[in-house]
Amino acid sequence: MELDKIEKLLEKYFEATTTVAEEETLRQYFVKGKVAPHLEQYQPLFQFFSKAKEEQYTRPVPLKPRKLYVKWISVAAVAVLIFGLYLGKDYQEKKEAEYAYAQTKKALGLLAANFSRGTEKVAYLKEFEEAKEKIYNNN
Amino acid sequence: MKQAEFLDVVMPFKDKLFRLAKRLLVSTEEAEDATQEILLKLWSKNKAIEGYNNVEAFAMTMTKNFCLDRLKSKQAGNLKLVHSNYTDTNVSLQNHVEAMDSVGWIQKIMESLPEQQKMVLQLRDVEEYDFDEIAALLDMKPTAVRVALSRARKEVREKLMQKHSYGIG
Repeated sequence: MELDKIEKLLEKYFEATTTVAEEETLRQYFVKGKVAPHLEQYQPLFQFFSKAKEEQYTRPVPLKPRKLYVKWISVAAVAVLIFGLYLGKDYQEKKEAEYAYAQTKKALGLLAANFSRGTEKVAYLKEFEEAKEKIYNNN
Repeated sequence: MKQAEFLDVVMPFKDKLFRLAKRLLVSTEEAEDATQEILLKLWSKNKAIEGYNNVEAFAMTMTKNFCLDRLKSKQAGNLKLVHSNYTDTNVSLQNHVEAMDSVGWIQKIMESLPEQQKMVLQLRDVEEYDFDEIAALLDMKPTAVRVALSRARKEVREKLMQKHSYGIG
Protein backbone atom coordinates (compact mmCIF):
# COMPACT_ATOMS: atom_id res chain seq x y z
CA MET A 1 0.00 0.00 0.00
CA GLU A 2 1.50 3.31 -1.08
CA LEU A 3 2.07 5.75 1.67
CA ASP A 4 0.43 8.77 0.10
CA LYS A 5 -2.70 6.82 -0.60
CA ILE A 6 -2.90 5.98 3.09
CA GLU A 7 -2.25 9.59 3.98
CA LYS A 8 -5.05 10.72 1.72
CA LEU A 9 -7.38 8.12 3.14
CA LEU A 10 -6.50 9.26 6.65
CA GLU A 11 -7.34 12.80 5.78
CA LYS A 12 -10.65 11.68 4.34
CA TYR A 13 -11.19 9.48 7.36
CA PHE A 14 -11.12 12.42 9.75
CA GLU A 15 -13.51 14.32 7.49
CA ALA A 16 -15.71 11.21 7.62
CA THR A 17 -15.91 10.99 3.86
CA THR A 18 -14.32 7.56 3.54
CA THR A 19 -16.42 4.56 2.56
CA VAL A 20 -16.65 1.46 4.71
CA ALA A 21 -14.28 -0.31 2.34
CA GLU A 22 -11.70 2.48 2.52
CA GLU A 23 -11.86 2.39 6.28
CA GLU A 24 -11.26 -1.34 6.15
CA THR A 25 -8.15 -0.65 4.04
CA LEU A 26 -6.90 1.79 6.65
CA ARG A 27 -7.59 -0.66 9.45
CA GLN A 28 -5.74 -3.42 7.66
CA TYR A 29 -2.77 -1.13 7.07
CA PHE A 30 -2.51 -0.12 10.69
CA VAL A 31 -3.19 -3.50 12.24
CA LYS A 32 -1.17 -5.77 9.99
CA GLY A 33 1.27 -3.87 7.81
CA LYS A 34 4.40 -2.01 8.66
CA VAL A 35 3.42 1.48 9.70
CA ALA A 36 5.38 4.54 8.61
CA PRO A 37 6.94 6.28 11.63
CA HIS A 38 4.99 9.51 11.28
CA LEU A 39 1.73 7.59 11.17
CA GLU A 40 2.43 5.40 14.17
CA GLN A 41 0.43 7.70 16.39
CA TYR A 42 -2.76 6.56 14.66
CA GLN A 43 -2.01 2.92 15.15
CA PRO A 44 -3.63 2.52 18.56
CA LEU A 45 -6.84 4.03 17.25
CA PHE A 46 -7.33 1.36 14.62
CA GLN A 47 -6.04 -1.37 16.87
CA PHE A 48 -8.63 -0.35 19.38
CA PHE A 49 -11.44 -0.62 16.83
CA SER A 50 -10.29 -4.04 15.66
CA LYS A 51 -10.09 -5.25 19.19
CA ALA A 52 -13.44 -3.76 20.15
CA LYS A 53 -14.97 -5.77 17.34
CA GLU A 54 -13.91 -9.02 18.96
CA GLU A 55 -15.82 -8.59 22.16
CA GLN A 56 -18.63 -11.05 22.58
CA TYR A 57 -21.73 -11.48 24.60
CA THR A 58 -20.99 -14.57 26.65
CA ARG A 59 -24.21 -15.18 28.56
CA PRO A 60 -26.65 -17.69 27.15
CA VAL A 61 -29.57 -16.26 25.20
CA PRO A 62 -32.54 -16.17 27.55
CA LEU A 63 -35.59 -17.79 26.08
CA LYS A 64 -37.95 -17.95 29.03
CA PRO A 65 -39.37 -14.56 29.85
CA ARG A 66 -39.09 -13.81 33.54
CA LYS A 67 -42.17 -11.63 33.51
CA LEU A 68 -44.41 -14.68 33.39
CA TYR A 69 -43.23 -15.70 36.88
CA VAL A 70 -44.33 -12.39 38.30
CA LYS A 71 -47.76 -12.93 36.82
CA TRP A 72 -48.13 -16.40 38.32
CA ILE A 73 -46.80 -15.30 41.67
CA SER A 74 -49.45 -12.59 41.84
CA VAL A 75 -52.14 -15.10 40.90
CA ALA A 76 -50.94 -17.38 43.71
CA ALA A 77 -50.85 -14.48 46.15
CA VAL A 78 -54.43 -13.51 45.36
CA ALA A 79 -55.55 -17.13 45.78
CA VAL A 80 -53.86 -17.37 49.17
CA LEU A 81 -55.41 -14.08 50.22
CA ILE A 82 -58.93 -15.14 49.26
CA PHE A 83 -58.49 -18.51 50.95
CA GLY A 84 -57.21 -16.73 54.05
CA LEU A 85 -60.19 -14.37 54.10
CA TYR A 86 -62.54 -17.30 53.69
CA LEU A 87 -60.93 -19.21 56.57
CA GLY A 88 -60.86 -16.11 58.71
CA LYS A 89 -64.54 -15.52 58.12
CA ASP A 90 -65.31 -19.11 59.04
CA TYR A 91 -63.35 -18.79 62.25
CA GLN A 92 -65.06 -15.53 63.16
CA GLU A 93 -68.50 -17.08 62.59
CA LYS A 94 -67.61 -19.96 64.87
CA LYS A 95 -66.49 -17.56 67.60
CA GLU A 96 -69.74 -15.61 67.29
CA ALA A 97 -71.82 -18.78 67.53
CA GLU A 98 -69.93 -19.87 70.65
CA TYR A 99 -70.52 -16.49 72.24
CA ALA A 100 -74.24 -16.62 71.42
CA TYR A 101 -74.46 -20.14 72.86
CA ALA A 102 -72.76 -19.05 76.09
CA GLN A 103 -75.06 -16.05 76.44
CA THR A 104 -78.17 -18.17 75.85
CA LYS A 105 -77.00 -20.74 78.34
CA LYS A 106 -76.46 -18.06 80.93
CA ALA A 107 -79.91 -16.57 80.32
CA LEU A 108 -81.60 -19.96 80.55
CA GLY A 109 -79.65 -20.73 83.73
CA LEU A 110 -80.93 -17.49 85.24
CA LEU A 111 -84.48 -18.40 84.25
CA ALA A 112 -84.17 -21.85 85.76
CA ALA A 113 -82.86 -20.43 89.04
CA ASN A 114 -85.79 -18.03 89.28
CA PHE A 115 -88.28 -20.77 88.50
CA SER A 116 -86.98 -23.02 91.25
CA ARG A 117 -87.23 -20.14 93.71
CA GLY A 118 -90.88 -19.83 92.57
CA THR A 119 -91.63 -23.49 93.32
CA GLU A 120 -90.12 -23.14 96.83
CA LYS A 121 -92.68 -20.47 97.59
CA VAL A 122 -95.45 -22.62 96.20
CA ALA A 123 -94.47 -25.26 98.81
CA TYR A 124 -95.96 -23.03 101.55
CA LEU A 125 -99.28 -23.17 99.74
CA LYS A 126 -99.20 -26.90 100.17
CA GLU A 127 -98.87 -26.53 103.98
CA PHE A 128 -101.91 -24.30 103.89
CA GLU A 129 -103.87 -26.85 101.94
CA GLU A 130 -103.01 -29.61 104.43
CA ALA A 131 -104.09 -27.52 107.37
CA LYS A 132 -107.35 -26.71 105.58
CA GLU A 133 -107.97 -30.42 104.95
CA LYS A 134 -107.45 -31.20 108.65
CA ILE A 135 -110.06 -28.64 109.64
CA TYR A 136 -112.59 -29.95 107.12
CA ASN A 137 -112.02 -33.53 108.31
CA ASN A 138 -112.52 -32.61 111.91
CA ASN A 139 -115.86 -31.12 111.08
CA MET B 1 -41.42 -18.27 15.67
CA LYS B 2 -39.79 -21.28 17.27
CA GLN B 3 -36.78 -21.11 19.59
CA ALA B 4 -34.40 -22.37 16.92
CA GLU B 5 -35.55 -19.82 14.36
CA PHE B 6 -35.33 -17.06 16.93
CA LEU B 7 -31.76 -18.08 17.77
CA ASP B 8 -30.88 -18.08 14.08
CA VAL B 9 -32.15 -14.53 13.79
CA VAL B 10 -30.63 -13.23 16.99
CA MET B 11 -27.24 -14.96 17.08
CA PRO B 12 -25.58 -12.95 14.28
CA PHE B 13 -26.11 -9.61 15.99
CA LYS B 14 -26.27 -10.29 19.71
CA ASP B 15 -22.59 -9.35 20.08
CA LYS B 16 -23.28 -6.07 18.34
CA LEU B 17 -26.01 -5.30 20.83
CA PHE B 18 -23.64 -6.12 23.66
CA ARG B 19 -20.84 -3.96 22.28
CA LEU B 20 -23.14 -1.00 21.75
CA ALA B 21 -24.49 -1.42 25.28
CA LYS B 22 -20.97 -1.62 26.64
CA ARG B 23 -19.86 1.44 24.73
CA LEU B 24 -22.66 3.39 26.36
CA LEU B 25 -22.77 1.83 29.81
CA VAL B 26 -19.00 1.13 30.14
CA SER B 27 -19.42 -1.65 32.70
CA THR B 28 -19.44 -5.19 31.30
CA GLU B 29 -22.04 -6.40 33.79
CA GLU B 30 -24.38 -3.55 33.02
CA ALA B 31 -23.96 -4.19 29.33
CA GLU B 32 -24.69 -7.88 29.79
CA ASP B 33 -27.81 -7.08 31.77
CA ALA B 34 -28.94 -4.66 29.10
CA THR B 35 -28.35 -7.17 26.32
CA GLN B 36 -30.20 -9.85 28.22
CA GLU B 37 -33.10 -7.49 28.73
CA ILE B 38 -33.24 -6.65 25.04
CA LEU B 39 -33.09 -10.30 24.03
CA LEU B 40 -35.89 -11.09 26.46
CA LYS B 41 -38.00 -8.30 25.02
CA LEU B 42 -37.33 -9.58 21.52
CA TRP B 43 -38.25 -13.11 22.50
CA SER B 44 -41.41 -11.99 24.25
CA LYS B 45 -42.61 -10.43 21.01
CA ASN B 46 -41.23 -13.09 18.71
CA LYS B 47 -44.54 -13.19 16.83
CA ALA B 48 -44.29 -9.52 15.95
CA ILE B 49 -40.66 -9.55 14.83
CA GLU B 50 -41.43 -12.05 12.10
CA GLY B 51 -43.03 -9.14 10.32
CA TYR B 52 -40.00 -6.87 10.52
CA ASN B 53 -37.63 -7.03 7.62
CA ASN B 54 -34.67 -5.77 9.63
CA VAL B 55 -34.69 -7.24 13.11
CA GLU B 56 -31.09 -6.22 13.68
CA ALA B 57 -31.79 -2.52 13.17
CA PHE B 58 -34.84 -2.83 15.37
CA ALA B 59 -32.83 -4.53 18.12
CA MET B 60 -30.03 -1.97 17.86
CA THR B 61 -32.51 0.87 18.26
CA MET B 62 -34.03 -0.89 21.27
CA THR B 63 -30.59 -1.29 22.79
CA LYS B 64 -29.72 2.34 22.18
CA ASN B 65 -32.94 3.55 23.79
CA PHE B 66 -32.65 1.13 26.68
CA CYS B 67 -29.07 2.19 27.46
CA LEU B 68 -29.85 5.89 27.22
CA ASP B 69 -32.76 5.35 29.61
CA ARG B 70 -30.48 3.46 31.97
CA LEU B 71 -28.00 6.32 31.89
CA LYS B 72 -30.75 8.81 32.64
CA SER B 73 -32.28 6.82 35.47
CA LYS B 74 -31.11 7.29 39.02
CA GLN B 75 -30.11 3.67 39.24
CA ALA B 76 -27.30 4.42 36.88
CA GLY B 77 -25.96 7.13 39.15
CA ASN B 78 -23.18 4.91 40.35
CA LEU B 79 -22.28 3.77 36.87
CA LYS B 80 -19.77 6.52 36.50
CA LEU B 81 -17.68 5.01 39.26
CA VAL B 82 -17.33 1.70 37.46
CA HIS B 83 -13.88 1.39 36.10
CA SER B 84 -13.47 0.04 32.66
CA ASN B 85 -12.69 -3.64 32.89
CA TYR B 86 -11.43 -4.04 29.41
CA THR B 87 -9.50 -7.28 29.16
CA ASP B 88 -7.03 -8.07 26.51
CA THR B 89 -7.41 -11.48 24.96
CA ASN B 90 -5.23 -10.91 21.95
CA VAL B 91 -1.81 -12.43 22.62
CA SER B 92 -0.08 -11.03 19.57
CA LEU B 93 -0.75 -7.51 20.78
CA GLN B 94 0.99 -8.07 24.07
CA ASN B 95 4.37 -7.52 22.46
CA HIS B 96 3.50 -3.95 21.70
CA VAL B 97 3.42 -2.75 25.25
CA GLU B 98 3.61 0.85 24.31
CA ALA B 99 0.96 0.54 21.66
CA MET B 100 -1.20 -1.35 24.15
CA ASP B 101 -0.93 1.51 26.55
CA SER B 102 -2.25 3.81 23.87
CA VAL B 103 -5.08 1.39 23.10
CA GLY B 104 -6.01 1.71 26.76
CA TRP B 105 -5.95 5.46 26.33
CA ILE B 106 -8.32 5.26 23.38
CA GLN B 107 -10.69 3.35 25.64
CA LYS B 108 -10.53 6.19 28.16
CA ILE B 109 -10.92 8.82 25.48
CA MET B 110 -13.96 7.00 24.10
CA GLU B 111 -15.50 7.00 27.56
CA SER B 112 -15.11 10.74 27.81
CA LEU B 113 -17.03 11.43 24.59
CA PRO B 114 -20.69 12.46 24.63
CA GLU B 115 -23.19 9.64 24.07
CA GLN B 116 -24.00 10.54 20.52
CA GLN B 117 -20.37 10.54 19.42
CA LYS B 118 -19.78 7.27 21.23
CA MET B 119 -22.63 5.67 19.36
CA VAL B 120 -21.60 7.05 15.99
CA LEU B 121 -18.02 5.84 16.43
CA GLN B 122 -19.16 2.47 17.69
CA LEU B 123 -21.61 1.92 14.85
CA ARG B 124 -19.27 3.12 12.14
CA ASP B 125 -15.74 2.20 13.16
CA VAL B 126 -16.50 -0.97 15.06
CA GLU B 127 -19.66 -2.35 13.49
CA GLU B 128 -19.06 -0.83 10.04
CA TYR B 129 -22.62 0.30 9.40
CA ASP B 130 -23.15 2.72 6.55
CA PHE B 131 -24.43 6.24 7.07
CA ASP B 132 -28.02 5.49 6.14
CA GLU B 133 -28.25 2.66 8.67
CA ILE B 134 -26.72 4.79 11.39
CA ALA B 135 -29.03 7.66 10.50
CA ALA B 136 -32.04 5.37 10.85
CA LEU B 137 -30.80 3.94 14.14
CA LEU B 138 -30.00 7.25 15.75
CA ASP B 139 -32.90 9.12 14.23
CA MET B 140 -30.61 11.65 12.54
CA LYS B 141 -30.03 12.85 9.01
CA PRO B 142 -27.14 11.12 7.18
CA THR B 143 -25.33 14.44 6.84
CA ALA B 144 -25.65 15.00 10.57
CA VAL B 145 -24.20 11.55 11.13
CA ARG B 146 -21.25 12.45 8.94
CA VAL B 147 -20.63 15.66 10.84
CA ALA B 148 -20.92 13.93 14.21
CA LEU B 149 -18.59 11.16 13.08
CA SER B 150 -15.97 13.56 11.78
CA ARG B 151 -16.19 15.55 14.99
CA ALA B 152 -15.86 12.41 17.10
CA ARG B 153 -12.86 11.12 15.16
CA LYS B 154 -11.11 14.46 15.35
CA GLU B 155 -11.86 14.69 19.05
CA VAL B 156 -10.29 11.29 19.63
CA ARG B 157 -7.29 12.25 17.52
CA GLU B 158 -6.81 15.51 19.35
CA LYS B 159 -6.95 13.85 22.76
CA LEU B 160 -4.62 11.12 21.62
CA MET B 161 -2.13 13.71 20.33
CA GLN B 162 -2.24 15.45 23.69
CA LYS B 163 -1.35 12.20 25.41
CA HIS B 164 1.46 11.63 22.96
CA SER B 165 3.01 15.04 23.31
CA TYR B 166 2.54 15.51 27.06
CA GLY B 167 2.94 11.93 28.09
CA ILE B 168 0.63 10.20 30.51
CA GLY B 169 -0.85 12.72 32.79
